[in-house]
Amino acid sequence: MGAYVIRRLAYGVGVIVGVLFLLFLLFFTVTQPDDIARRALGEKVSVEVIEQWKVNHGYDRPLWPWQDWDDNLLFEHYRRMLTFDFGVSDADDSPIIDRIRAGVGPSLSLTVPLLVLGILGGIPLSLLVAFFRETYIDRTGVFLCVLAMSVSIILYIVGAQYLIGKVLRWYPISGFDADLLMLPRFLALPIIVGLLSGIGGDVRFYRTVFLEESTRDFIRTARAKGASEPRIMTHHVLRNALIPILTRVVLAIPFLFTGALLLEAFFGIPGLGSMTFDAIQANDFSTLRTMVFIGSLAFVLGQIATDLSYGLVDPRVRFE
Amino acid sequence: MSALLEVRDLATEFPGKQEPTRVVDGVSLDLDRGEVLALVGESGSGKSMTALSLLRLVPKPGRVSAGQVKLDGQDLLGLSVTEMRRIRGGRISMIFQEPTTCLNPVVRVGVQVMEAIALHETVTPADARARTRELFAEVGIPDPDARLDAYPHELSGGLKQRVMIAMALSTRPEILIADEPTTALDVTVQAQILSLLRALQRDRNTAILLITHDLGIVNELADRVAVMYAGRLVEVAARRDLLADPLHPYTKGLLRSIPARSQAGERLPEIPGVVPPPDQWPRGCRFSTRCAERFEPCAEIFPQEIRPGVGRRVWCHEVERSRTAVGNEGDREGETS
Amino acid sequence: MMQIEPYIFSNVVTLLLILGGAFVARSVSRERLWREAAVTLWTRRRFAIVVVGLYMTIGLFDSVAWKGGIPEDAIDVLPNAPLTLVDRAFLGTKEASYSSPFASVEFYGGSALKHPGSHPFGTDILGRDVLYLSLKGARVALLIGGLTSLIAIPLALIFGVGAGYFGGRFDDFVFFLISTLASMPGILLLIALIMAMGRGTLSVCIALGVTSWVGFCRLTRAETLKLRELDYVYAARALGVPEFRIVLRHILPNLAHLIVITFVLMFSGLVLSEAVLAWLGIGVDGSWGQMIDGARDELSRDPIIWWNLLASGASLFVLILAVNAVGDAIRDVLDPRTLKEPS
Repeated sequence: MGAYVIRRLAYGVGVIVGVLFLLFLLFFTVTQPDDIARRALGEKVSVEVIEQWKVNHGYDRPLWPWQDWDDNLLFEHYRRMLTFDFGVSDADDSPIIDRIRAGVGPSLSLTVPLLVLGILGGIPLSLLVAFFRETYIDRTGVFLCVLAMSVSIILYIVGAQYLIGKVLRWYPISGFDADLLMLPRFLALPIIVGLLSGIGGDVRFYRTVFLEESTRDFIRTARAKGASEPRIMTHHVLRNALIPILTRVVLAIPFLFTGALLLEAFFGIPGLGSMTFDAIQANDFSTLRTMVFIGSLAFVLGQIATDLSYGLVDPRVRFE
Repeated sequence: MSALLEVRDLATEFPGKQEPTRVVDGVSLDLDRGEVLALVGESGSGKSMTALSLLRLVPKPGRVSAGQVKLDGQDLLGLSVTEMRRIRGGRISMIFQEPTTCLNPVVRVGVQVMEAIALHETVTPADARARTRELFAEVGIPDPDARLDAYPHELSGGLKQRVMIAMALSTRPEILIADEPTTALDVTVQAQILSLLRALQRDRNTAILLITHDLGIVNELADRVAVMYAGRLVEVAARRDLLADPLHPYTKGLLRSIPARSQAGERLPEIPGVVPPPDQWPRGCRFSTRCAERFEPCAEIFPQEIRPGVGRRVWCHEVERSRTAVGNEGDREGETS
Repeated sequence: MMQIEPYIFSNVVTLLLILGGAFVARSVSRERLWREAAVTLWTRRRFAIVVVGLYMTIGLFDSVAWKGGIPEDAIDVLPNAPLTLVDRAFLGTKEASYSSPFASVEFYGGSALKHPGSHPFGTDILGRDVLYLSLKGARVALLIGGLTSLIAIPLALIFGVGAGYFGGRFDDFVFFLISTLASMPGILLLIALIMAMGRGTLSVCIALGVTSWVGFCRLTRAETLKLRELDYVYAARALGVPEFRIVLRHILPNLAHLIVITFVLMFSGLVLSEAVLAWLGIGVDGSWGQMIDGARDELSRDPIIWWNLLASGASLFVLILAVNAVGDAIRDVLDPRTLKEPS
């Protein structure tokens, strides 16, 4: 097991190296530093101002190691990203790392409850639907799921903000207050929207997993032993279903970025997603670079954690 | 004296394109206490479905559509689901063909056997574990203490099947249904499992309904044999009678095609043709399309059951014709065996 | 060299697509299995298929453009602009500003409309008929969903089958590439790509293509690894059949059902992704997502303006629902367990 952990971590490191390289390609070669400068400063500035801007933001060095081994942007890029030396924003020259520190809290306060509630709600619902397979409960459930999945999250946001925020006035349309008492009120709408938009896909996925496990041979053995259907669901099906469900939960992590991006931006939560949104609007490339890196890092760590946790759920993996 | 298990006109059907397909079509059998009845047939003959029907484990969308299955006089098909669950694993146990997929891969094998016990009796966990350990020793699992905590993937095929047998016999059932228990195992392991089953059967006087397509196994274990073809019985007899003097052309063909019985240097006899799919079953005898002894009534009229001897039943016009021609008396009415 | 104008390019591509579609339909009708699958699909999801067909037809009408033929008094278009069938159908319907569905007066101010009662979904802030805008969105959606898939899927096949079949360094490279791309949350990669390439329709399509080919590539690679080990493939290699032919005649046909399923499922995912991008400000011009983005503020007005949101939201929802419904049915029908043995 130890060797497996090391191999997995090493591969994760390799992937991060690849991601950083891709980011370098995108943000330094596909977009030229001149373009970045122009987007930040405006089209009509003189060449000197652009050059000065490039010097200030460190874009004036050669790009590749073979041009200058000691001073090139590629190595600089790697060094700084890996040491979390993110520099300043292209838009307002504020230190990126400070804004990240400030944004982590609000982001987590939204995404963690969202993830947890999604699982706590999705799994029992799907168990129910899978238990009543082939009945009208099942069919209605699947139909509702497809319906819910076909509604874009942007429609959910608009709908919820209008109906619940404006018409019913249950919760504020947007805003944030770090005070623990006030926080739930501001998180309520984004969490509701996040759950609504995710539940269709979740339930349908879990249901498929449960149904697949339900038709396995060892379930027939359990029935032949005289086990009751509810017991079969909880003791046999669920335990085996945890393996693919675990994968799905990991895949939910990037959705925390998508959803969080939109949810934060449009519900006024000052988290990392909001930061990314602002960076898009302002053409702030250094911030964008950093956010994509952070997001990928978190995702890779999440994937590694899931892979390693398979050992907990699936005894067949433990003895690799 | 009535038999332990009496099956009468059992029919199991699956929905088809126009009409439902009867994969088990009017099967009647008896199983006495402590006897081994082999149910023989090719794939698709309906033998596995018959076994599943007895325990009402037919997978959806199939269902048992007619007949009676009487265990000690009580019709299992009429029981409530709760009552049926008590029978399953309690009075009738079943083991299956592929031990690898039949055990829950994420649960230790000891726990799975203990579950079988706990579902039917109130025992303390310690008692259940002790009993399981004894069972493991009884079915020949070496180092039973260590194996109690093993996961299925850590065991060989033979060991897994022994675990399945232990699980099935843990509640001392009166009947064990074994659906091709050795087909998925190596030949050497097969022999071990067979002798294990034989020993256990004798010790506990458990009746066994053995589903198989292998006549060699029939020879080793069976007291009586029932042959199925395309959803129906074609011949039932005591083992010695069947092997020495088969009556139905299908049985004859099966026995002729055993390599051990053929002459060296000669072409191995085979039954020409293939089993017809359900939508191409003839109105009469279903074997008629491949039968060398077929004549006019065979394709149109289904043969009635005839009893040409003690404990023998056969469904064949040709047998009937040769019997009436010879003027054979010896049929006995009112008793199935 | 003469610069090819966008509308001519679009016309040519549309023609190629139609021909391609006809060709595919003909080859499908020849294979009994596919024919039966198509019939089953039609029986089960007639309504949804019709809906999708409707959208496709509208998209087609909006893809064929030509210059000229504009009446003299048309004020809202340039005299030499290429106009599509849809454009021409709505020529001259522009009002001054907002009006509600079927209204006869303007929403603000109440002055009379040029075409009272003839706007089923009202008009937007520039006075354009909202139905017209929604219909034009169909082409955008089909472009995003369909065209991008048509690029992403062959790409995924080339890399996936190549990696799975030939193995070696190429496989290592592809696997690393997939892992790297798959380690970036999709939306972030999308944003990075679009920001780097500059906003615009082409960037969005390329970005969507780059982010979506990865999943399918993984799948084809895994399937190819399995298929390569099948006995008849070994037999073909032993007989000296050239590798390329093996891939073409034995591997690819067995991936066909996966291709179809992936195409349909990818479609709705792509369209929904673009809607999100539109809200982030980096979507495609004229998409429903962009319309919904614009409609957000209108809801907070008093009295509220709701018809923009309704038309674009409904158009988006209905298409996605229909495609999902068809996609589900396709997945059931083409389930490998019900398909024949590999050929």
